[in-house]
Amino acid sequence: MNGWQRCGEEVLASLDRQEAAILRGLVGQVLDMLEARAAEAPEDELAELTGIQVGSSQAPDDPILGRLLPDFHRLDDDAPAKADQDSAAALRSLHEPGLLRSKSLVAETVLSTCPPEGGDVVLSLAQAEAWLSAINDVRLALGTALDVTEDMPDELPEDDPRSSHLGVYHWLTWVQESLVSAVLT
Amino acid sequence: MSTPVEQERTLGDPVSSQDKPWLTIVWNDPVNLMSYVTYVFQKVFGYSRDQATKLMLDVHHKGRAIVSSGSKEKVEADVAKLHAAGLWATMQHDS
Repeated sequence: MNGWQRCGEEVLASLDRQEAAILRGLVGQVLDMLEARAAEAPEDELAELTGIQVGSSQAPDDPILGRLLPDFHRLDDDAPAKADQDSAAALRSLHEPGLLRSKSLVAETVLSTCPPEGGDVVLSLAQAEAWLSAINDVRLALGTALDVTEDMPDELPEDDPRSSHLGVYHWLTWVQESLVSAVLT
Repeated sequence: MSTPVEQERTLGDPVSSQDKPWLTIVWNDPVNLMSYVTYVFQKVFGYSRDQATKLMLDVHHKGRAIVSSGSKEKVEADVAKLHAAGLWATMQHDS
């Protein structure tokens, strides 16, 4: 892949077979995590009548899901205020279903526009925005799993179990950077 | 954004916490790209490139920035949009 090009109201890139497989695989994994979380939402008969979905009021235990679905208040003090905890729980159950839908939608956009065998990708600006969000979600997931820091080196020592995955993370960083710049052109 | 809204009030100002705006805060994190964060501020809030860049740099250098303020409903909606974009945002109401 040589980066994204802006062409009128579209952005274009060409992915080889392996690049497409890696991207689709990671986006698919994030989508699976989001769908599993959505399936954990409390059953609510009222929701079926009113169409207003209620999500879990508790933050996910999994650190990756925790980063994708943050609290509405800072609760990581030693002793967060009870009022903040209660408010964060209420806001989570109100907003998490919509957040899960939005994140699933952008992941599905990548899966439906990135050819499985690789090849040319032509995106409208709206689809490019979805790709930006979806790639960002994958980078957040990988970054959390790899414990990425601000001063992460380009390469880790070979005996570090994270070293091969870090290459993928850096590649996605480059793909996202190139797409932001194409969209803003 | 170097002068948070709540500090503009002087001591003795007869203002109850009810009148104070809610604040949307974005926190620094090691994954989000500077260019992407700037783009999200432009897209979500309609800020100019310069405004968005300044806020992004505040997040990067100071660890956090207040990116919007207003009623609870407005700030709640802003935080939800920033979460959808993958930014680490929270809301607070200083009393």
